[in-house]
Amino acid sequence: MEKPLNNRAWLMVAPVLVLVLFSALLPMMTVVNYSVQDSLGQNQFFWNGDAWFRDLLNPSTEIGARFSDALLRNLSFSLVTLALEVPLGIAIALCLPRGGWAVGPLLVIIALPMLIPWNVIGTMWQIFSRADIGLFGAALTGLGLHYNATQNAISAWCTIVVIDVWHWTPLIILLTYAGLRAIPDAYYQAARIDAASRWATFINIELPKLQKVLVIAVLLRFMQTFMIYTEPFVVTGGGPGSATTFLSIDLVKIALGQVDLGPAAAMSLVYNLITLTICWIFFTIMTQLDRRRYA
Amino acid sequence: MSRITLEGIAHSYPRSATMALQPIDHVWEQGRAYALLGPSGCGKTTLLNIISGLISPSQGRVLFDGRDVTQLPTEQRNIAQVFQFPVIYDTMTVAENLAFPLKNRRMERAAIKARVAEIADLLDLTNDLPRRARALTVEAKQKVSLGRGLVRADVAAMLFDEPLTVIDPALKWHLRSKLKAVHRALDLLMIYVTHDQVEALTFADEVVVMKDGRVLQVASPAQLFERPEHTFVGYFIGSPGMNLIAAKISDHVAHVSGHDIELGARYPKIKNGEAVIGFRPDFASLVPEGGIPVQVRRVEDLGRRRLARVALGPHEIFANVPEGVSIGGGQAGLTIQQDRLFVYVNDELVLGDRR
Amino acid sequence: MAAEVLSTSSLAAVENPARSRRAFRLTNLLPRVGFAVYLLALMLPIYWLINMSLRSNEEITSSLAFWPHHPSLQKYFFIFSDPTWVHAFMVSLTYVAINTVISVTVALPAAYAFNRYHFIGDKYLFFWLLSNLMAPAAVYAMPFFNLYYAIGLFDTIWAVALAHCLFNVPVAVWILEGFVAGVPREIDEMAAIDGYSFPRFFIRIFIPLIANGVGVTAFFCFMFSWVEQLLATTLTATDALPFAAVMTRSYSVAGMDWSLLAAAGVLTMIPGALVIWFVRNHIAKGFALGRV
Repeated sequence: MEKPLNNRAWLMVAPVLVLVLFSALLPMMTVVNYSVQDSLGQNQFFWNGDAWFRDLLNPSTEIGARFSDALLRNLSFSLVTLALEVPLGIAIALCLPRGGWAVGPLLVIIALPMLIPWNVIGTMWQIFSRADIGLFGAALTGLGLHYNATQNAISAWCTIVVIDVWHWTPLIILLTYAGLRAIPDAYYQAARIDAASRWATFINIELPKLQKVLVIAVLLRFMQTFMIYTEPFVVTGGGPGSATTFLSIDLVKIALGQVDLGPAAAMSLVYNLITLTICWIFFTIMTQLDRRRYA
Repeated sequence: MSRITLEGIAHSYPRSATMALQPIDHVWEQGRAYALLGPSGCGKTTLLNIISGLISPSQGRVLFDGRDVTQLPTEQRNIAQVFQFPVIYDTMTVAENLAFPLKNRRMERAAIKARVAEIADLLDLTNDLPRRARALTVEAKQKVSLGRGLVRADVAAMLFDEPLTVIDPALKWHLRSKLKAVHRALDLLMIYVTHDQVEALTFADEVVVMKDGRVLQVASPAQLFERPEHTFVGYFIGSPGMNLIAAKISDHVAHVSGHDIELGARYPKIKNGEAVIGFRPDFASLVPEGGIPVQVRRVEDLGRRRLARVALGPHEIFANVPEGVSIGGGQAGLTIQQDRLFVYVNDELVLGDRR
Repeated sequence: MAAEVLSTSSLAAVENPARSRRAFRLTNLLPRVGFAVYLLALMLPIYWLINMSLRSNEEITSSLAFWPHHPSLQKYFFIFSDPTWVHAFMVSLTYVAINTVISVTVALPAAYAFNRYHFIGDKYLFFWLLSNLMAPAAVYAMPFFNLYYAIGLFDTIWAVALAHCLFNVPVAVWILEGFVAGVPREIDEMAAIDGYSFPRFFIRIFIPLIANGVGVTAFFCFMFSWVEQLLATTLTATDALPFAAVMTRSYSVAGMDWSLLAAAGVLTMIPGALVIWFVRNHIAKGFALGRV
């Protein structure tokens, strides 16, 4: 599995590089700039070194405590939603027909939740989750559950999880389905000739061939859940209390509430770094597994 | 199992007006190696897939040893198929790949191990057994694909769909000889689809030549060479192929460009005398004197023989230049072996009266 | 020769009637039921959205009903008749289309290069691309504003189309790379042996083989760009006002115009639905026998 060393490949990658760099570099520089400065107001900044960072990472400071709480909330949220969405998405993708007239309409229906602007989703679920005027809320309270999205922390949590699963499982479904269809029929035929069970076919053929597609799906979803903002903001406002105050919501609160952007900038950098690190770890593990498996 | 029978098999793909396969009857005998040879689009892959069960034919029946299997899916037909691209289980070792079909059929561990070792030995894969299948070369992967088919002792037939397509040209001979060795060792019915005549002629006991969904001739490689029953067969097989020249036949003489060629048989029934005569370069020689006068355009020395390109009027002909004969200048004489000179009407061989 | 091998006719080997006999076992029933349940759960909020769009605000905020008491398309008429809304809709469609085309076009060769070749820094570059998805948009808003103002592209569709490349191009590259990986390298070699020039091979042979990836990538680029609001509103003012910005008009001093927002929400689903309808055959494309 040797890849030829070919530095002319840079030519093929150049357009991508230019486009993304153009968008990425300047803002990043700005943010870094802000994060190491303090301000006396009126746009006058002075050097603050790593003071903001030290405050942030110290759980005993006010801001540090907020940060670590929110971080924990984000991590658990990401974990729960991924654990729900990925298996569900794969399972649904396996149920979709290979061809025929039904594929088009089904793909359209499945894609619909992702096409609604996020603020509309939040707004709609605001109503939907209320026990008095919303179907979801009414149904749950009707079943005897103590459900109140704005006042009960567990309800709020569960609502955000349900919204996210409803909203984004289609991403996993579509990616998985496309990946499944890209597997040549010959593999399925070979599996049938070898008398492999459905499960064995899934484990030995489908899952290995889906690996890359699933990696990107998981990474995308992790990043999105880790940076979730709109839905919790609109539906629960971060509440009750701070039950659904995720990092991004906190970040915006701090940024808007302060004159100096230092703490917010520092927080956003650390936030970014944490996301990066987790993704990097996942990515490296997957590529190492790949390499070892096929060596 | 001793034979596969095709009864009136014909096929046209859904939403397609043309027949991909014209009606065909054929019996495939156990232990023989067959090749389905023809240009792309001739229907050979379609035919193969009908036999293997990947396609249900529009018409006709497929019988395995007298049993109608036309509606049975592939996995119930006890065949194994090797495709153009190696189909292996990426996550398994070679040994696990080979063992997989047996494991799924609940064979005993010890028996599986023995059988896997046997097949690996036959295919020179013994050293690769513990390696990940994905890490092998393409040739080795094709061997693993093949091995997975062979590992089941009850496999009735092995079907090959152009299995050497992705193999490095330098290594094709190695795999070809492996296939032949496997055939001899296991006495299996093997059906091999290819568009490469060399592959077909070296591999098969019998070759089915196809074109545009029709079977043109079924014969041994030697017979295809010596007695093509269709102009396409004559043209396609051999390098270069048969010389095919339009001629006017009157009884036992062919008139070509003002010259008369003795046919060695009588053809009383040809309408208007319009026909095509065909003869292979291997059965036509140049002589310095006598014969049919032709213009010599070019003589190529191919090592084993010398091939001359000559012209008879507007027709271009290839012929052998025998040893010791030197052809100088532009003129020579063409002699054709009479019993290898054939007459074709509407591309089909017409038998003459040799009394 | 390669052309014969690489024709992507989908034989769809499933022509066997024997298969349908197995369809009625219980193990087949359970997934079907689960699938139906999922589809139902998926459609419920959407039905609710449509419901909301047909009711008046008073009705929405006061009672729970499965269907509006007085269904009215008033909000839809309003949207269609208001030139600002219509213009915003077209603006959004335009920059999203531009962005999708740019992103997919640029990502294709890059994805190929990342998978087939090894070059200095390839792994890090690949990952760095993805890292651009990790910066919260709020962080980028102000700097982008300054940047695009400075280069004179502020308030144009090109500003938004280019800005969205920040996240769409990496997504496109990553998704496509996964599909490029699924095509055996032997095909590249065969095409080279058969004398194809690289561009001809790439366009006529390779891209059809990753049709599933291209289809799904195009849809995702469309979708991510379509729903992105912060950058789209930051980088525009009046000329290139996007749909997202106009939707904020549903929030006014008088309170939230729920049904207007819901109607807008329903309408925004349509372009995306059309896009996925058009690429459905690409996404679902099958390959019969080992890339033949």
